[in-house]
Amino acid sequence: MKRIEDWIGTIIVKYRWIIAPALFLCALLAASGMQFLIFSNDSRMFFSKENPQLQALEDLESTYTKVENVLYILIPKSGNLFENETLAAIEDLTEEAWQIPFSSRIDSLSNYQHTRAFEDDLMVADLIRDAKDLTDEEIAKIKAIALAEPMLLHSLVDPQGSVTAININIIKPDDDTYDIQLVNTAALDLQKKMQDKYPALDVYLTGGVMIDTAFGEAPKRDMKALIPLMFGFLLFLILFSLRSVFATIATFTVIVLSTVTGLGLAGWLGILLTPASANAPVIILTLAVADSIHILVTVFYQMRHGKQKHEAIRESIRVNLQPVFITSVSTAIGFLTMNFSDAPPFRDLGNIVAMGVLAAFVYSVFFMPALMAILPVRVKEQREVKGNRPFAILAEFVIKRRTPIFWTMLTMVILTSSGIARIHLNDEFIKYFDHSYSFRIASDLSAEHLAGMEIIDWDLDSGEEGGINDPAYLKTVENFANWFREQPEVRHVYSITDIMKRLNKNMHGDDPDFYKLPEQRDLAAQYLLLYEMNLPFGLDLNNRINVDKSATRMTVSTPNIGTAGVLSLEHRGRAWLEEHAPAMTTYGSGLTVIFSYISERNIRSMLKGSILALILISLIMIAELKDVKLGLLSLMPNLTPAFMAFGAWGLIVGQVGLAVSVMIAMTLGIVVDDTVHFLSKYQRGRKEHEMSAEDAVRYAFNTVGSAIWVTTLALVGGFTILAFSGFQINSHMGAMTSMTIVFALILDFFFLPTLLLKLEGSK
Amino acid sequence: MISFSISNRSLLSATLCWLLLISSPLAVQAETAEEKGLAIAVEAHLRDEGFGDYTSDMTMTLRNKQGKESKRAIRGKTLEVADDGDKSLSIFDTPRDVKGTAFLSFSHKVGDDEQWLYLPALKRVKRINSRNKSGSFMGSEFAYEDIASQEVEKYNYKHLREEELGGLLCYVSESYPVDKKNSGYTRRITWLDKEEYRIQKVEYYDRKKSLLKTLTVSGYQQYLGKHWRADDMKMVNHQTGKSTSLHWENYQFNTGLTEVDFNSTSLKRIR
Repeated sequence: MKRIEDWIGTIIVKYRWIIAPALFLCALLAASGMQFLIFSNDSRMFFSKENPQLQALEDLESTYTKVENVLYILIPKSGNLFENETLAAIEDLTEEAWQIPFSSRIDSLSNYQHTRAFEDDLMVADLIRDAKDLTDEEIAKIKAIALAEPMLLHSLVDPQGSVTAININIIKPDDDTYDIQLVNTAALDLQKKMQDKYPALDVYLTGGVMIDTAFGEAPKRDMKALIPLMFGFLLFLILFSLRSVFATIATFTVIVLSTVTGLGLAGWLGILLTPASANAPVIILTLAVADSIHILVTVFYQMRHGKQKHEAIRESIRVNLQPVFITSVSTAIGFLTMNFSDAPPFRDLGNIVAMGVLAAFVYSVFFMPALMAILPVRVKEQREVKGNRPFAILAEFVIKRRTPIFWTMLTMVILTSSGIARIHLNDEFIKYFDHSYSFRIASDLSAEHLAGMEIIDWDLDSGEEGGINDPAYLKTVENFANWFREQPEVRHVYSITDIMKRLNKNMHGDDPDFYKLPEQRDLAAQYLLLYEMNLPFGLDLNNRINVDKSATRMTVSTPNIGTAGVLSLEHRGRAWLEEHAPAMTTYGSGLTVIFSYISERNIRSMLKGSILALILISLIMIAELKDVKLGLLSLMPNLTPAFMAFGAWGLIVGQVGLAVSVMIAMTLGIVVDDTVHFLSKYQRGRKEHEMSAEDAVRYAFNTVGSAIWVTTLALVGGFTILAFSGFQINSHMGAMTSMTIVFALILDFFFLPTLLLKLEGSK
Repeated sequence: MISFSISNRSLLSATLCWLLLISSPLAVQAETAEEKGLAIAVEAHLRDEGFGDYTSDMTMTLRNKQGKESKRAIRGKTLEVADDGDKSLSIFDTPRDVKGTAFLSFSHKVGDDEQWLYLPALKRVKRINSRNKSGSFMGSEFAYEDIASQEVEKYNYKHLREEELGGLLCYVSESYPVDKKNSGYTRRITWLDKEEYRIQKVEYYDRKKSLLKTLTVSGYQQYLGKHWRADDMKMVNHQTGKSTSLHWENYQFNTGLTEVDFNSTSLKRIR
C-alpha cells in the first residue's frame, strides 16, 4: 500500500497534463447523461411494485375506477352559500369543469341527484338548476335538503352552509396519453376564471392532481433555490479556510464535476428525479468537498513547512490516499444500503449519491492534484502554523481534563439518546409541502371545514352476485358506517346505505318513517335499478358498486390526523369487521393508508440495511487500520451520533416519518469519515513516529483537526441548507443529518480522544 | 327494444328524401357535407322501414378492467309506430333480484322520449326522468341514448369521408345531438356500410370532446329478406377500461304485437 501511495503521487505529478484533461473529458461524457433526466410527478413513486398495500389499492381501483381528483373549494365572502349568485357560481363551475381534460365525473351541490316522491313517481333531478332564477323560498328548501343529506353534509357543504366543495374525478387512461400538466393548467385556468367572474367568492384549488404536480415541482424548486445557496456557502467556506483562489477553483471544479457525474450517470441509467432523489446534487456537493479539503490542507501544510509544491502534492497523496479512500467507500456503502428501502425514491437517492461520492474520490485524488500541479499555487512559508493553534490548545485541554470530559460526554450521550423513547412514527402527507404551495392552503381549509383529504376506502364484499341488496348485508354496512360516524376523528362516511334509505322513503311518498333500509332483497335491487336508470352521465354508481353487484365501496374521510391516526382508525375498522362481519373482513385502502404503512415498512427494511452498513464499514475500518481494537472502538463515535440525533429529535419534535427512516444508514457513512481521519492520524503517530498515546492525540489534532472542522462545517452547512426545503421529507432529513454530524464532531473531538487515552494512555 | 333499427316515416323526412332522390339518381350525391350526412341517415331509415314488430332474446355481459364479468338476460319486444318513434319493451330475466322488471319506452321524433319501469316487488309502474338519458343503462357502458331508437330528427349530420372498414366500404359521418343539454355527447362518428346501410362502428365523444367509447357491431343477419339485425355489439369505454357486450338470439318478426302490448297496464301482466 505504501508503495502504491508513493507511486500514484509520482504518476499524477509527472503526467499532470494528460491526467487533468482526460478526467475532465470523462466527467463531461458522464454528465451528458443529464439530458435524459426526467422529473417524476406521481405520489405513488414512493411505493415499490411489491408493496402489498399498493397492490390492494390497485385491485380496488380496477374493480371500481382508478381516479385522481381536482377539488375546488368555494367560500363566499358573505359567509353564506345559499344566495343566488353563489349557487349560480357552483352551477357554472360544475358545468365548466367538464372541460378539464380527463375529467370523468363531477360532484357538486348543484348536480347532486336529489330524489323525491312526486305523485306516484320517483323524481331524480339536479339539486340546483338555473340558480339565478331561484326564489328565496326555493333556496331555503335547497339549503334544508343539503344540510340534512348525509351524502352532502361535511363532504360538499359544511354545517354552517358557508363552504362548499366541487370534486372532479380525473381518470388516468392506461396508455401514455395522460398528461398531468394539462389537467393542472386547465384546473388553474378555471380557478382564475371563476375568481375573476365571481369576485364575491374565494376559489381555492387542491386535490390529488395538485399534490402530484407539487411532487414534480418540489425538486425543481429545491434545485433552483437550494443549489445556488449551497454554492455560495461552499465558495465562502473553501475560500476562507484554504485562503487560496486557485485551490478554491480546483475544489470547486471537483465538486461540480462530481455532482454532474452523479446526475449524468443517473440520466444514463434512466433514474427518475423525485423530490427525494433530487436532493442528490446538494448532498454530493457537500460530501465531495471533504476529500479535496483533506488533500489540500496537507498540501498547504507541507508547503508552509518548506516543501516544494510537487513534493507536497506527492506527500499529501501518500498520507491521504488511504483515509480518503476509506471515507469515500464507507460513505458510498452508507448510501448504497438505501437500496434496502421500500421507497424507490430513496433507492435512487442512495445510488446517485454513491456514484457522485465515488466520482468525487477519483476527481479528488487524480484530477485535483494534477490540476494543482499545473496551477501556479504559492504559499508563504511559516514556521508556526496559525490555523492549527486552536487545535493545539484543544488537544492540551482534552489530554489534561480527560476524565471529567469522558464522563461528561458519556452522560451527554445517555441523556440525549434517552429522548428516543419519546419518538413516535407519524407522517402528515399533506404537510410534506409547506404553505408556499397554494394547494396546501386549500387542503387545510378542506380539513378545517369539510371532510379532509385523508381517506380510507373499504371494499365490502357480500360474497355473492347481487348480494349487496341482501337486507342482512345492507344492515351490516349501515352499522359499519354508523360505527365510523361515532369515531371522533371521522368527518364523513360515504355509504350506499344512505341512498337505499332515501330511496325507500321516496318510494313511500317521502314518509320519514320509511327512512330505513328496505327489508326485502328484490325490493332493494329494484329501487336501485330504478334509481340508476334515472342517473345522468357521469353520476352513475359504477364507482361505488362493482359489476356483479356483489360488493360496494365505503369511503371514510378524516381531516389531517396523520399516518398514525389513519393506521389506528384502519386497525379499529378491521377489528370491527372481524367481530361483526368476519366474512367481509378486509384491509382499508387508499393512498393515505399506503403512506401510513410505508414509514413503518421503510424503517424495518432500512434497519437491515443499516446493520449491514455498520458491519461492512467496521470491517473496512479493521482491515485498513489493521487493528481490531481500534476498529471496534470506532463503532462508538460512529454509531452514537445517530442515536443522539434521534434522541434530540424525540425531545424537540417527537414525530418521525418517512424522511428520517433512511437516516441511520445515510449518516453512518458520513460520520465515519471524521473518525477515520482522526484514527488514521493517531495510528500513524503511534506507529510511524512511535509516539505515546498523548502525543499521538496531539499529532492527530494538529494534522487533521482543522480539516475535520472545515469538512464538518461544510457538511453541517450543506444539510442545514437542505433543511430549508419546502418539501418536508427533505427538510427533516437535512435537519436531522446536520444534527447527527454535529454530534459526531463533538464525539470525535472530545469522546474519541479521551476513550483512546483511557485505553492506551499513561496513567 | 335495444336495437339500432332505424325506422322513419315522418312526412318531413319523406319529403326531404324525395327531394334528394329526384335531384340526383343516387340519393347520396348531395351538395354539402351536412346534406349528404342527412341523406345517408334518411336512407338507412328507409331501408329498415316496414318491419312491423319483432322480438328477441339478449344477453348483456358487463366486464370491468380486471376482466370480471356479470351477465344479464333481457327479452325484448319492439313495435314500429307510424309517424313517430318505435315503442319497445324490455323484460329482465336475470339477475334474479330484478326478475320480471320491465322497461317500457316510447321514443319520439321530437321532444323527450317517455320511459317507465315496472317493479314487480312493488307491483308498481314508475316513470323515469328521460332528461337523464345520458346515464348508464343497467350499470353497463351503454347509455339509454345509445340503445334507444335512433330517430333521424334527434341528430344533425355531416358526412366526412368514405373508407374501408373490415372489408366493407363505409360512409363515415358525424352526428351531433339536437338536445345538447341532456346528451352525454358532443358528437358521434358513425361507420355505415355503403352496400346495406348497416352501422358497423360508432365512436362517442364526451362533453370535453375526448373519445369516450367505441361501439363495434358484428354478425348481421337479414330477416324477411330486408331487415338486417346484428347478433353482437361491443361497447368499450376507453376512459375506464370497462366494456359491455350484447348478444342477440332468436329474432322473430311479425309476431302480432300491437299497441296494447306496450302500455303501462300491459307491464304488470308481463311474466
